Amino acid sequence: MQALTSKARPVERKPLSVWEKLYIPAIAKGMSITFGHIFRKKPTINYPEVQRPFSPVFRGLHVLNRDEEGRERCTACGLCAVACPAEAITMEAAERLSGEEHLYREEKYAAKYEINMLRCIFCGLCEEACPKDAIYLSETFAPSNYTRKGFIYGKEELLIPDPKTQPVEFAKARGEKTEKN
Amino acid sequence: MVHPLLNVDLALIIEKCILISIIIGLSLIVAMYETWAERKVAAVIQDRRGPNRAGPAGILQPLADGLKLFMKEDIVPKMSNGFLFILGPGLAMLTAMMTSAVIPWSSHINAFGREISLQIADINIGILYIFGVVSMGVYGVMIGGWASNNKFSLMAALRGASQIISYELAMGLSIIALLMLTGSLSLKTIVDEQLDGIYNFLYQPLGFLIFLVCAFAECNRTPFDLSEAESELNFGYHQEYSSMKLGFYLFAEYVNMFISSAVMATLFFGGFDIPFVNDTAFGQAHGQNLLAILEGLSLAIKVAIFIFFFIWVRWTVPRFRYDQLMRLGWKGLIPLALVNMVVTGFIVLLKVNHWHF
Repeated sequence: MQALTSKARPVERKPLSVWEKLYIPAIAKGMSITFGHIFRKKPTINYPEVQRPFSPVFRGLHVLNRDEEGRERCTACGLCAVACPAEAITMEAAERLSGEEHLYREEKYAAKYEINMLRCIFCGLCEEACPKDAIYLSETFAPSNYTRKGFIYGKEELLIPDPKTQPVEFAKARGEKTEKN
Repeated sequence: MVHPLLNVDLALIIEKCILISIIIGLSLIVAMYETWAERKVAAVIQDRRGPNRAGPAGILQPLADGLKLFMKEDIVPKMSNGFLFILGPGLAMLTAMMTSAVIPWSSHINAFGREISLQIADINIGILYIFGVVSMGVYGVMIGGWASNNKFSLMAALRGASQIISYELAMGLSIIALLMLTGSLSLKTIVDEQLDGIYNFLYQPLGFLIFLVCAFAECNRTPFDLSEAESELNFGYHQEYSSMKLGFYLFAEYVNMFISSAVMATLFFGGFDIPFVNDTAFGQAHGQNLLAILEGLSLAIKVAIFIFFFIWVRWTVPRFRYDQLMRLGWKGLIPLALVNMVVTGFIVLLKVNHWHF
């Protein structure tokens, strides 16, 4: 038969020699190989007990940031929503009233801020688009959930804890990689 | 005057009943931990960790598996033969357990003023009994495959039946050569002859090799697991089975493995003899009971090595093709066993004749 490509090589089909027909030597060789594997080091990492460190450029769950005085940085400009290729971000803006200066940094703030974690592709473009350093991607990833609704994260899930009232939680949520802030 | 048939030693019956329950319980526990060992050995051979969640080093994994099997829905296919469908796994399990009756697990212990032999039945046709029961084991496969009313199951059952019958011939022939040397069919006598002497393995290396290969085939273990070849027959003869009926089939395989390991150790590796130790002298020096315990331990270690060997081979050698399997059985092992038999017979005759022709 003519070969279709020049790479094809005919398989050698010569009958087995007596030594090969014995099977035993070949089996013994194979068994010595598998026995050697018993003493090999296992590459497996016992996941929940041992966790591999994330890469420094890992992009995980989003966090809405606060400034040093614990005020929300987000001004609901919508640049992140525009930048988002998966259209996962929606928000509603509201005007800051007098007496709320300790809550919001600027005159305008996000009354509603939602990210659909099922749509999100964790590309980090929102982080790059944000002029106020209000959103960045953390080192954790979205935990599993039973409903689709559970994957739509609102402000309660996204907002970082207040650095003044909850310093421990704030440090934990900030992680180690966001030194720029 | 009591009728002679009724005049039985009640203590003997109690003793045997206790022994039977201990050995059956032991075989089941060993079979349980064989499943664990299989997964663990498979894992380390493939550079994995294996079960390590249920208990330390996954030691409770067999319990979890058993519980899972019990909890599963027990499905009996509508078009199956209901009675035979239930009989199949029962028969497989029964024959697997019955073989343990003639294996001498240790010498005797002295307790309650009695000499208790640690063998359920020392019958003078021990090996024939084992062969008879093991041949019955094929009915478990056959009936299961037939009753399932499934083409693949039936094919697998046919394969299994013809495979077991083919390899039983070679197995029987390899044993004949051994029997010429020992001159007895009783397993106890065979062990006693090897006690503090040379193991039969050294007299019959070829016979042992043939027996080993046939034992693999009889147990339906890889490389001879044609009857449950997943890639060709889905799951083989127990494809339609679920829940603990499937568990019985799988369990019977592991019990068979345990028993055939024990038979091999008994026939070829001195049974409960402690290697490099003069058992009789040890018994006189340290007491019979300690000796019996150590002898039992010695057999257990031999059996464990064989079980490891079974598992090790399974995760090394790929499955034979069916024609290769038949060729190996009929054209390879049977002539080899015949030659072995003739040569052994010749030498035995020469020896009887004081090495004169």
